[in-house]
Amino acid sequence: MKYRIAGSAFAAALIIFAGYLALYVAPVDIRQGQIYRIFYFHISAWVSTFIAFGIVFLSNIAYLATRGQRWDSLGASAAEVGVACCSIGLITGPLWGKPVWGIWWTWDARLTTTFIMWLLYISYLMLRGLMEDPRRRASLSAVFGIFAFLDVPLVYMSNRLFPTQHPGPVFFGGPDSGVDPRMVHVLLVCMLAILLVMIPVLVDRYRIEVMQGEVEELRQEIELRSLDSQSRPAKEVL
Amino acid sequence: MSTARAAAILLGKELRLEFRTRELLNATVVFAIVVVVLFSFAFNPTPDESRHYGPGLLWIAFLFSGSLMLHPSFAREQSNDTLDALRMAPVSAFAILLGKMLANFIFLALAEVVLVPVFAVLYNVSLAGIVGRLVLVLALGSIGIIVTGTVFSAISAHARMRELLLPLLMLPILAPLLIAAVEATSALFARQPYLDQTWVAFLAGFDVVFLTASWLLCDFLMEE
Repeated sequence: MKYRIAGSAFAAALIIFAGYLALYVAPVDIRQGQIYRIFYFHISAWVSTFIAFGIVFLSNIAYLATRGQRWDSLGASAAEVGVACCSIGLITGPLWGKPVWGIWWTWDARLTTTFIMWLLYISYLMLRGLMEDPRRRASLSAVFGIFAFLDVPLVYMSNRLFPTQHPGPVFFGGPDSGVDPRMVHVLLVCMLAILLVMIPVLVDRYRIEVMQGEVEELRQEIELRSLDSQSRPAKEVL
Repeated sequence: MSTARAAAILLGKELRLEFRTRELLNATVVFAIVVVVLFSFAFNPTPDESRHYGPGLLWIAFLFSGSLMLHPSFAREQSNDTLDALRMAPVSAFAILLGKMLANFIFLALAEVVLVPVFAVLYNVSLAGIVGRLVLVLALGSIGIIVTGTVFSAISAHARMRELLLPLLMLPILAPLLIAAVEATSALFARQPYLDQTWVAFLAGFDVVFLTASWLLCDFLMEE
């Protein structure tokens, strides 16, 4: 417990520090001025989103391969964290887009892809909420999760052929790309801060999910026993 | 029994079941026509506008009809627990899925055969000279709708509120298919119609990706 309090305090301090760096220490962008500073949290939210959805995909496959109930719990927890981070990205994006592009939203490849991805993982969570039987929920939602993940590159490709509004890759993007090294350092601190919030939330969510599974099992066992004690034939129970 | 033969027998069973009542088919066709008619009230398009918006309208109508039509595919098996009987039969899970996909494809294709001429008349779009290419685009798009939709029908059949859940699962996944199908159809409805090979290839790729995925994952859909 004390480690977790210390960890949370550290994550909170790092988030505040990252905010300070992003607002005061990072240099002003030549073309965009001050407004670009939202980018430190915008990019960090996306990095966390993709890590979370990657975890969902891997745990879906791992569940179908091993049938370990814990993989299912991990997939569900990562999907929730991913949707939360994705929402941060989808909110900070238009806030940045309005002053810089002059519009809140445009249907370009990356924006559309992330929006559809957000919808897909919300569907994944809704599907899980609407199924009773834990084993069936696990395998069917894993199949849906894999279909959803396969769809993301297809959405991107299908939008790629339209003219694009979102800027191309800034890092490793070619000879003209790249940023001031101070910006890179601030960005790394911001990513670390967001990850340090996201990972403990994911771990806690995972623990709750596992506990819920255990409670469910115990409840079923109690029901079986109480039926047994009423000396009903076991066949009816099953 | 080979998968192909088992799928053919199951296809026969699905068709027999449907053509005894034709409930599903009638409802689907009427629904699609209602969508097309309502669209014309909502936007009142001129001939030029309908050339522009028509492909999108047509594919939205197919997507919505598909999402309504595919729900009974597996839900129908539940009322008498007939899916258990199918699973006990000595056929592969993929044969069961494939039989249903083929049947659903035929139902959607029949609905399209009725809807496309109605659309062409109501929106003044000339189909002369593009029928062959249009059939290709319609077939590739419909395969994509049916493959993902049948798999999701198997998934949603086990959930509460399944009638509502199926469109929620299906429609976002089909977003890239909708874009590609609309673009390919727009190219055919243009003043100088042509077959846009990029989008046709994309549609074929979409079908291959999800057909392969359903082949790989079908055992998990059918297990008890």
